[in-house]
Amino acid sequence: MATPILELRDVKTHFPISHGFIFKRDAGTVKAVDGVTLSVGQGEVLGLVGESGCGKSTLARTIMQLVPTTAGTVVLEGKNLTGGSREDVLAARRHLQMVFQDPYASLNPRMTVFDTLAEPLRVHGVCPREKVPGRVAELMQLVGLAPRYMQKYPHEFSGGQRQRIAIARALALEPRIVIADEPVSALDVSIQAQILNLLSQLCRKMNLSLIFIAHDLSVVKHISDRIAVMYLGKIVELGPAVDVIERPLHPYTRALVSAIPVPNPDVERTRQRIVLPGDPPSPINPPAGCAFHPRCPHALDKCKAAVPPLLPADGTRTVACVRLGEI
Amino acid sequence: MSLLSVTDLRTSFHTRNGVYRAVDGVSFSLERGETLGIVGESGSGKSVTCYSIMGLIPQPPGRIESGSAIFDGVDLLRCTPAQSRAIRGKRVAMIFQDPMTSLNPYLRVSDQLIEPLLIHEKISKADARKRGLEMLEAVGINDAERRMNLYPHEFSGGMRQRVMIAMALITRPELLIADEPTTALDVTVQAQILELIKAMQRELGMAVIFITHDLGVVSGLCDRVQVMYGGRIAETSDTRTLFNAPRHPYTRALQRSIPALQSKGTELYTIRGMPPDLSKTSPACPFAPRCEYAVDACAQTPARLVEVAPGHAHACLRAQRGEI
Repeated sequence: MATPILELRDVKTHFPISHGFIFKRDAGTVKAVDGVTLSVGQGEVLGLVGESGCGKSTLARTIMQLVPTTAGTVVLEGKNLTGGSREDVLAARRHLQMVFQDPYASLNPRMTVFDTLAEPLRVHGVCPREKVPGRVAELMQLVGLAPRYMQKYPHEFSGGQRQRIAIARALALEPRIVIADEPVSALDVSIQAQILNLLSQLCRKMNLSLIFIAHDLSVVKHISDRIAVMYLGKIVELGPAVDVIERPLHPYTRALVSAIPVPNPDVERTRQRIVLPGDPPSPINPPAGCAFHPRCPHALDKCKAAVPPLLPADGTRTVACVRLGEI
Repeated sequence: MSLLSVTDLRTSFHTRNGVYRAVDGVSFSLERGETLGIVGESGSGKSVTCYSIMGLIPQPPGRIESGSAIFDGVDLLRCTPAQSRAIRGKRVAMIFQDPMTSLNPYLRVSDQLIEPLLIHEKISKADARKRGLEMLEAVGINDAERRMNLYPHEFSGGMRQRVMIAMALITRPELLIADEPTTALDVTVQAQILELIKAMQRELGMAVIFITHDLGVVSGLCDRVQVMYGGRIAETSDTRTLFNAPRHPYTRALQRSIPALQSKGTELYTIRGMPPDLSKTSPACPFAPRCEYAVDACAQTPARLVEVAPGHAHACLRAQRGEI
């Protein structure tokens, strides 16, 4: 792998919950992200998958330093963001940008496309005033929008076009790494493909690293170089995209892959599908040991004993399961 | 006789910006116990078709311009309010996409669950609660006795969708209309809900109309599939034929757009252009402006749904002529 541009070491993000209005008492913590170690290489696309509530969005926000980190370090190009001052974090954000899920909510309805795209340029002072219109036009072309729409408002665009504007805004500062949090979930199938193609083209063209968060595994497999599977705040499997999806090792990844409906009636009706019982447990009070054991078809007593560490499974992959090799 | 037979349904919305023909001449029928999938992108008219049948179109701005929907001898589009009340919620039930917003947050689950029973059957509240409890257990809610008395916000998304299904099925309907019931759910929960709908269908022998944009979901669940585009049916056939030998270019394009079927590292296939503007419809093929096979005739000749084999019909002019 190329030199890592972003490194997370044992990152934890916990949210305290308190009860009562005047006499606040501690009622536990939500362990949204609970010990994640990851690295992203230059130009690499890392897919992050998991069910809702597994902490993938919180992890994204932690990397962006939009929520305070409880423990661990986030290192961007050698600079530690978690220990850094506010100025350091603000300066680092230039290289670290985000695209959100819902392009209807993430764009300010009172700002024209020009205002939206010019704002980051102005805030970070990277572009002399007279060059701003040219730069905005360039950005719009980069994402496949005609610069003549510069003075239009978000409501005049379709969902796919709005997502293009959001991507252009993220690219305005020429970041080293972009985090896309479910960027295509709100879009129609044919529009999804356009946005995915755009993202992979941009990554290649600008040698951009991308953390792509999604719950649709087939989409993630297509765009990512490596995939990390999260369950209840922890990574349970991490490896090359094709291996993880086609030969999953962790029982949770297997269930996740098996749950995708196959668009072929002959296969879909005869294959054995792993249907997991129940819902993911609460991150306030996670099960002892491996958090997946209450739903796991292969769970034994030793699974309840200790939290399985993420260990190398074969040359390229790490998996957190004590029964690896037995199942 | 078919359980439901819809003929030439046209529903439009009259707005300040013009008339939007959301459903533009849709005909289909459904036998008892059959599962029909309706597939299409947003704006293709799949939901409006079913909302029209259920009488859920707000009028105005909506208007059902023409057509009939005969359910067991009664035209649902023209029946008296009393007739429709006797059918809706009892013999035809519906579940919606978003289980977060389709349950009443102010009512306990038990109260909303047994409401259809209290309305449609002469039953005491205690007996209705007993039936409700059985139903919750049947849809796989553990500890149903206690959970019945909770409020919807105390349930997860998958559990709420289970409650919705229990509520829809409590009167043992003959037809269930499911409008994207798994779109808002995680894949693992989607798998649970699909298995549940299949199991309940086997048990009750009901017919199901399953609306979705996901061809993968359709492939395992439906006997027949109908692909909609621009308010019309583009192609309809049994599921196997639709997947193995689709004829309409839009069906083929939809199939090619599925990321799972495309090799990694290549550009994903996309359908060029934009979805049609429903305020400017013509009798010609609505897909023609985006179709890679379109010729001048496609934009000029009215497109008609023609049966090309028993049970297989499509509306592509060029495929009908045998050119593609």
